[in-house]
Amino acid sequence: MRLGLVIDLDTCVGCNACAVACKQWNASGTSGPLSDYAPFGHDPSGVWFNRIRNYEIGDYPSSKTVHFPMSCMHCEDAYCVDVCPTGASYKRPEDGIVLVDPEKCMGCNYCAWACPYGARELDREEGVMKKCTLCIDRIYDTALPKEERQPACVLTCPTHARMFGDLDDPDSEVSQTVAARGGRALMPELGYRPVNQYLPPREARAVPAYDKGASLVDRVKHWVNESIAR
Amino acid sequence: MHPALSIVFFTVTAGAGYGLVVVTALVSAGIGGAQLQNGDILLSAAAGLVAVTLGLCASSLHLANPKNAWRAFSRFRTSWLSREAVLAVAFYPIALVWFVSVWLDWGAGVVAVFAFLTMILALATVFSTAMIYACLRTIPQWHTSLTPANYILLSLMIGFLGFSSVLAFGDGASGALLWSTLLSVAVAFIGKLIYYLKFSAPSGPSIATATGFKHATVRLLDVGHSAGTFLTDEFGFTVFRGALMILRILTLILAFVVPAVAVWLVIDGSGLAIVFPIALVAAYVGLLMERWLFFAEARHVVNLYHGTQRV
Repeated sequence: MRLGLVIDLDTCVGCNACAVACKQWNASGTSGPLSDYAPFGHDPSGVWFNRIRNYEIGDYPSSKTVHFPMSCMHCEDAYCVDVCPTGASYKRPEDGIVLVDPEKCMGCNYCAWACPYGARELDREEGVMKKCTLCIDRIYDTALPKEERQPACVLTCPTHARMFGDLDDPDSEVSQTVAARGGRALMPELGYRPVNQYLPPREARAVPAYDKGASLVDRVKHWVNESIAR
Repeated sequence: MHPALSIVFFTVTAGAGYGLVVVTALVSAGIGGAQLQNGDILLSAAAGLVAVTLGLCASSLHLANPKNAWRAFSRFRTSWLSREAVLAVAFYPIALVWFVSVWLDWGAGVVAVFAFLTMILALATVFSTAMIYACLRTIPQWHTSLTPANYILLSLMIGFLGFSSVLAFGDGASGALLWSTLLSVAVAFIGKLIYYLKFSAPSGPSIATATGFKHATVRLLDVGHSAGTFLTDEFGFTVFRGALMILRILTLILAFVVPAVAVWLVIDGSGLAIVFPIALVAAYVGLLMERWLFFAEARHVVNLYHGTQRV
């Protein structure tokens, strides 16, 4: 089993609800607390497992804003685990989830250096490394209704831009979607083989813009057509 | 990368200590043709051990949770950090036996065996320290064989300078040792110069592969945080290009040019023994700057997600 997330960059609206739901669930869950530094001060900061950045892809008029949520990719070749000197970081063989044992972590930051995706953040108050657990304390909780045994970020997403499932199973919904939509991994050249996949935005026509290069005849034709249509 | 001062001090000081022990063991084994007094060997080896110990103590200062530091000996099969810890601790008893064997004059055979073992362990520890950085694919400037080469060459260089300083106030360094010292400075200088020339321009992954949009320009619109985060604190550190060039030149002058001139003056016969400690201090300060720059200049790929176009 290779559990992971599939994130649809076409439908994500960048609302940050996933990050907030993640913070809410995990701050009080097994990884908690996720320390905040000066939460009511001028520069509030703190530990987050999920961060959303916004990019402009392409040049105007063919440009598009893409909202980009990122959390742990639960890499198949999780180098963060290999470099950990204490054995605090480990990858579960049964489902591929990468976790940190806070009882063993010495807070050397080495795993964060090894992570290309910025998925690991040191909790300065607790002195240990923290990261996305894929809500391991939700997804196996049989006390929850079956449809709620999903990571908090997936459950809360208002546009269904996040999917959770087994990417090892070719018949699973996530695998089917990745195949159909051309899902891809981030920075594959580093060879970490991240499990999480990103679905690219669907093809869309460029928004029409005033064409400065049109000839005089074309512009007159365009004006006539517009006038008749009116 | 954020240059943690404890790591800068640790890698330079422990590296210098291991270098001094290696050079002492090397020369005491008869390489270089010098007949040494046992007192000089013991003084030099003791200075090396003190430097190693100071460095290792400083290395624990960057840990957020040092009470678990003892666990760092457990994952030597995969982690270079763990290998470094194991080798650093394995070094002590062997070095101590060598030290005692010289002190109590256990005979040339026993001394040579333990000098050799001590030397191998010291070099292996420096190599492991370098591999902690060289094994990271996330920092292209570190992920090169030049990283361990430079760590070992710099360690040997300061070892030679330290050993010459010890001898300067004893029997005086022999001609062969002086030439070896000059050669070690020259080789280390060339190694560092190649590193600086090779890694000036970004050549690693780009924002295109980081985001997966390979056929269009990608610009950061909003980084998503309003204050510094762990990621910006740890990986966002940058040095202005102008300051960088000045620091690099100053490093090369202090770490290599000053010691080389000093050694040359002694070879030439016009320099006094006092220039060795001066050269040693200049090299040590130069190496502290070199190591600070090693971290400060390093570009981590996570910066691509914060808008850097290429690392």
